[in-house]
Amino acid sequence: MPSLGADMEAGTVTRWLVKPGDEVHRGDIVAVVETEKSTIEVEIFENGVIEELVVPEGARVPVGAVLAHVSGVGAAPPTTRRVRRPEAKAPRPTARRPPSVPPPSPPPVRSPIVRHLAEQLHVDTASLPGRGPGGSVTREDVRRAGEKHPAGPPRPRSSPLARKLAAELGVDLHQVDGTGPGGAVREEDVRRAASGAAPPAAVPVAGAADRRLSMRRAIGALMARSKREIPHYYLSTTIDATAASAWLEQANLERPVTSRLVLPVLLLKATALAAAKVPEMNGFYENDTFAPSEAVHVGVAISLRTGGVIAPAIHHVNALSLDKLMTSLHDLVGRARSGVLRSSEMNDPTITVTNLGDLGVESVFGVIYPPQVALVGFGRLTERVVARDGMIEVRPCLTATLSADHRASDGHRGGRFLTEIDRLLQEPAKL
Amino acid sequence: MTDDEARQLIRATLHQVAPDADLEDVGPDETLQEALDLDSIDFLNLIVGLHEATGLEIPERDYPHFSTLEGAIAYLVSATSAQ
Repeated sequence: MPSLGADMEAGTVTRWLVKPGDEVHRGDIVAVVETEKSTIEVEIFENGVIEELVVPEGARVPVGAVLAHVSGVGAAPPTTRRVRRPEAKAPRPTARRPPSVPPPSPPPVRSPIVRHLAEQLHVDTASLPGRGPGGSVTREDVRRAGEKHPAGPPRPRSSPLARKLAAELGVDLHQVDGTGPGGAVREEDVRRAASGAAPPAAVPVAGAADRRLSMRRAIGALMARSKREIPHYYLSTTIDATAASAWLEQANLERPVTSRLVLPVLLLKATALAAAKVPEMNGFYENDTFAPSEAVHVGVAISLRTGGVIAPAIHHVNALSLDKLMTSLHDLVGRARSGVLRSSEMNDPTITVTNLGDLGVESVFGVIYPPQVALVGFGRLTERVVARDGMIEVRPCLTATLSADHRASDGHRGGRFLTEIDRLLQEPAKL
Repeated sequence: MTDDEARQLIRATLHQVAPDADLEDVGPDETLQEALDLDSIDFLNLIVGLHEATGLEIPERDYPHFSTLEGAIAYLVSATSAQ
């Protein structure tokens, strides 16, 4: 299960578009996955032949779980197309093939990250009520549980089976008297405790309201992480948009309705070109290091009518013509709103642009999407009184803001970046 | 095109642009953008939709007519009768 956005914990495979034996190529859409925010078409990263679909349709699994096995990865494409390889003869990379995995019903499911965190905080995930979608245990659940017992009473010694059973039966292992070696809790102990224990809380039925709630939670968790971890600094500048507006008006005059451009296209292109010039704004901060990205994939914050926001990427924006960019933006907004995005759009924006100007606010100081290091905000295009060459004039202006990560850059470079956006917008014909 | 036809066309087009937006919520003089939460792409989609239905080449300078429902109806009625 790929990470389709930094705020994603788990996803549900709603549909497989391939079956065992199918040949796949890098970029092919192989499955449809549903997250809190959207329906996402998952593209495959490798060439090969689908060997086995591990996760059945309808199952919800955490980020990092194996969805399917693909053979021939890295090798030349197999010569026989769409033929299932004979079991005995195929030089199958046996190490990659795990024992058959039972369908992961019912949750809680735990990702390696969650497990790791749980170990650190001495939290027993088996006894934890999952608050994640579908009742799965999320990082937040573990964190919360860890905070409740800061000193962390180590979890009682218990067998894996006992822990699993305890989770299923809603039994708190701390309340169980263990009869195993060294007081370890055994399966029978849990069953005994369960007979007197309260029934587990009903798992809520997933619906639109739940989805909204879990989306709000996912956004909240990510933004809280951003504010906790990223030392933001903020800059703001007012850009004279006379040249950009005039150029746009002229360009649209010559265009049929169907190929007209909108101002955000110019803003996106200018941002991407500036990001290529000031690389400290473009990339990822991970493992205590900032890794600038060569490519500029601009995440576009799109508000969803049902509430929430999603920021899928348009790839290589600095290299796209304005017309291509317009088509991409149009397509992306449409698909984000109707809820179908691609995995490659979700997992690799290198910088994000939010444009709340359409809704009338003058400026927006956003929260950076980790692991990115910068977020650019554009406000509404308004007529403002400006002093220019000793004269007072009324000119269309907009405010551009930058939220950037101090671990990757300083205000000086941030200022250079915003100034570069301004400069580029003064010569729209060159965009 | 009559007032009613124009109203219906706008309603249908807006429904495509913003399926969950409810025109009933929009007062006659309220701006469509604000009332229905339309961004610049949505608004362009509205114009394109109306263009495709009517054949009208709605120039950008006429966009302000489309900020209210009543303004848009009046524009469509008058522009289609001039066609």
